[in-house]
Amino acid sequence: MLPRFWRKIKYRYDLTGTECETCGRQYYPPRNICPTCRRKSSIKEVHFGDKGTVLSYSVVHDVAENTKMRKPYIIALIKLEQGPVIVSQLVCNPDEANTGIKVKKVFRKYGEEGESGIIYYGTKFVPTTD
Amino acid sequence: MRKVAIIGVGQSTFGELWNVSFRDIFLSAGVEALEDSGLEGKEVEALFVGNMSGGRYLAQEHIAALIADYAGLSELNVPATRVEAADASGGLALRQAYMAVASGMHDIVIAGGAEKVTDVGAEMAMDILSSSADREWEGFVGASLPPLFAMIARMHMEKFGTTSEDLAMISSKNHRNAVFNPKAQFKREISVDTALNSPFVAEPLRLFDCAPISDGAAAVILADFETAKKYTDTPVFIPACSQASDYLAVQSRKDFLTMASVVHASRNAYQQADVEARDLDVFEVHDSFTIAELIAYEDLGLVKKGEGSKLIREGEVELDGSLPVNPSGGLKACGHAIGATGIRQAVEITLQLRGDAGKRQVDAEKGLALNIGGTGATAVVTIFTR
Repeated sequence: MLPRFWRKIKYRYDLTGTECETCGRQYYPPRNICPTCRRKSSIKEVHFGDKGTVLSYSVVHDVAENTKMRKPYIIALIKLEQGPVIVSQLVCNPDEANTGIKVKKVFRKYGEEGESGIIYYGTKFVPTTD
Repeated sequence: MRKVAIIGVGQSTFGELWNVSFRDIFLSAGVEALEDSGLEGKEVEALFVGNMSGGRYLAQEHIAALIADYAGLSELNVPATRVEAADASGGLALRQAYMAVASGMHDIVIAGGAEKVTDVGAEMAMDILSSSADREWEGFVGASLPPLFAMIARMHMEKFGTTSEDLAMISSKNHRNAVFNPKAQFKREISVDTALNSPFVAEPLRLFDCAPISDGAAAVILADFETAKKYTDTPVFIPACSQASDYLAVQSRKDFLTMASVVHASRNAYQQADVEARDLDVFEVHDSFTIAELIAYEDLGLVKKGEGSKLIREGEVELDGSLPVNPSGGLKACGHAIGATGIRQAVEITLQLRGDAGKRQVDAEKGLALNIGGTGATAVVTIFTR
């Protein structure tokens, strides 16, 4: 599984996605074709800043064996201030999680490929008052 | 297009079938369907099979040929095709068979669905089912199916006032119906309180909001109307079988509370069959999670967006209500054998329309089955009439 997740680290490590210059729609994960404009797409890469608002979230209790150290973890749908909606993890106490709270991105570990395998990193979010 | 009829149906028991192999499971469904139709076997011209992941559940690919072989069709060299759309695979198989008969390509076709999930552990089984969502961008961050549906549920609750109790009532209803279904996995009632007090899987969804992942198989035999008359006096017709897709990842969708695939497929099917949503008498919908059933009420057009909870609160979707949903027990209580579910729904609606549904019988002339893949990137809506 190494090449598959590694290939897109540029987009996982930072909030970089794409935008269609024809219609203005923004995409995360990045797309090569805009589903609105299709062959009239004109795709460019954009940074979506580092802040967003939680639209919905779930505290996940039934977690896979390889993530049990982080049980429970929190999954959230986040509307980026300067970008589209993305799904990511919230790093906070479950009591602090709420819809409508402001969050900002952080660089965190997501998992690892066994005890001696590669470590997966990516973007997560923490609550912010900024 | 020719008029397509169902002339035979069969289903294995759904559940944790530890002592039965994949081959035995689909064979029991296929033989039951052949017996029900009165066919000898040699009349079958083609086979379509829904199976999500023989590769990961069994390390076995080439599933369609395997099934044709062990169903005794190998000497006949019948063309056998496997189709896949996660847990909508069965719905796809039905649609492929429907198109083969409607087009005139074949006169008698079997549509089957089969899945054997208990050869891997429960955690792996959910991991495989969750590959119906976007592995690279949802799965990577830990967004398996339960949290994805949980976030949809929370949003529905905050926007429309749907409650955990509404969802628990759906679970309780489906368990109540399954008591009368001899093929169901959980033939026992559970109270709304039991569901409400079960442990969280992914908040706000609890254990009883989530369908199990089951072993099971189902088969239906389709024929054109002229051929069907030779075999049955009680054909069940398929005036429409419609399929649609949507963005794979939930985050990409414009409206998180509407499954555009379901809206599109259902409206297409209603138009083709010349029916209105509320004209239909019985429904089998895809309650992989209770919130999915509630949203299906809305997306199928039984009520306006946001009003799904009314149907369960007012009892309309109960067996004795005006719009009975999941008389079989649904995925929650009949069981969810992934690739078999779409065909299992067709079996139930056929039994209901023929009057063969025993103690769970409702008064019905027209029915509908909704089968979705994952979080709704695929939807198949099929209309059935007497």
